[in-house]
Amino acid sequence: MDKRTTAAAVVAELRDGMTIGIGGWGSRRKPMALVREILRSPLKDLTLVSYGGPDVGLLCKAGKVKTVVYGFVSLDSIPLEPHFRAARQAGSIEAKELDEGMLQWGLYAAALRLPFLPTRAGLGTDVMTVNPHIATVRSPYADGEELVAMPAIHLDVALIHMNRADVRGNGQFLGPDPYFDDLFCMAATRRFMSCEKIVDTADLTKAGSFHTLKINRTMVDGVIETPNGAHFTECPPDYDRDEAFQKEYAATARDPAAWDAFARRYLACESEEAYQEAVKREAVRSR
Amino acid sequence: MSAFTRAEVCTVAVADAFRGDGEILASSFGTVPAIGARLARLTFEPDLLMTDGIASLVADVRPVSGDAPGEPVVEGWLPFRAVFDLLWNGRRHVVMIASQIDRYGNHNFACIGDHARPKAQLLGMRGAPGNTISHTTSYWIPNHSRKTFVEKVDVVSGVGYDRAAKLGKQTSRFHEVRFVISNLGVFDFGGPDHAMRLVSVHPGVGVDEVVENTGFALAIEGDVPDTRAPSDEELRIIRETLDPAGARDNEVPS
Repeated sequence: MDKRTTAAAVVAELRDGMTIGIGGWGSRRKPMALVREILRSPLKDLTLVSYGGPDVGLLCKAGKVKTVVYGFVSLDSIPLEPHFRAARQAGSIEAKELDEGMLQWGLYAAALRLPFLPTRAGLGTDVMTVNPHIATVRSPYADGEELVAMPAIHLDVALIHMNRADVRGNGQFLGPDPYFDDLFCMAATRRFMSCEKIVDTADLTKAGSFHTLKINRTMVDGVIETPNGAHFTECPPDYDRDEAFQKEYAATARDPAAWDAFARRYLACESEEAYQEAVKREAVRSR
Repeated sequence: MSAFTRAEVCTVAVADAFRGDGEILASSFGTVPAIGARLARLTFEPDLLMTDGIASLVADVRPVSGDAPGEPVVEGWLPFRAVFDLLWNGRRHVVMIASQIDRYGNHNFACIGDHARPKAQLLGMRGAPGNTISHTTSYWIPNHSRKTFVEKVDVVSGVGYDRAAKLGKQTSRFHEVRFVISNLGVFDFGGPDHAMRLVSVHPGVGVDEVVENTGFALAIEGDVPDTRAPSDEELRIIRETLDPAGARDNEVPS
């Protein structure tokens, strides 16, 4: 089956109020081309589930978000995501803040179609008070230990970005960490994978050993080729983070005029191609 | 004995926090903890494991500043998923930074103010809840003041001893907050009911200065000694091998 589609077709499937899981980690291998397509849409009231980076910051800043489920939201080289901070401090989003491992457990429970998975993480902390929907469970065995019953986090849609993929939905990471992208896909009803490059299935193992084929085609409904599509987050070995661009993005949180200029220059582009052209043009200009 | 800086005393105090840990993952956040963990590994705790901060376990000790020589020797793969497994497995001692800490070691770096609408959103919970209930934790606080050592933390991201006690022995059996190292002194939780106790003051710091800058009553027993001075060998390793560019001085000015 050929699962190739477009970012526009993916976003046309989304509805206001949906729960959307976004793969990657911080400012690393994020499906930013798909995020930018959401920014161009009228979607609103989304619930985001993410090891958060600029995906969360941009969507919050654009007023697309009602709730964020997260362990952190960071730009890595800039530890605090400034637009997410602004949204939190303005009280404009609902925060379901979890321990990082609890977030994995919630996705894993949904992936395995279980109601919850037990863990000690969260006990004794304010994770339990700021998430009153999370209950505890007692071990039925001799130890009788009380544990957090981390509820399954079901996603309407998962969006991930890989280095390589084939048209059938097999996906390959070539960087140091697969993150939790497979769990995001398995926890979701509809699953979309953007990638740097679509290659023949037989060529996948030429780029990396079969250990890098973390995403198999049972996990994916649509494949979108988006070269440089994780920009400005890193996507090694294809490219590093665009630190200059990230710095410019972060600085816009302190200055409404700078945000307006940034949004006009990059986010008002009518397509991903136009965005990539604008990034190239501005990079040449500032050199 | 050579002259030494406050940052170097703090570095050695962090290294000493890893004493006896053996073959576990030593994780550290902040510049001084990064140097301190490496110092422990190069001296009295040679079996400690360390990552490159990305997804590799590195077998050689890499400098924190300056030019690193060649490529690291990789001894293992530790993506985030494996980090979570390892930390729930318990073979880890983490040194985390605290934005706030209270007398029982409850820790906050999530946000300042009301969590529903914070005055300042900080890091979020990150891994602190799972870390503190699963393995040994120490804290590094480079700016000791009444704003960091507080009567009550705004949000609890890391479990302290009073909360661990409420969870019961079974659930809290892996909980240990070992040391707090600040720019003024070293603290443990050997006070009454595991309250924070002043273990030592850094050379040149008075007990009154520590008390003055702490927002709760510390347990203080008898004459408080000075934090131990770095040895000549430790100073050489810090200055020549681990931090030749002096990054430590940016975190703890002399």
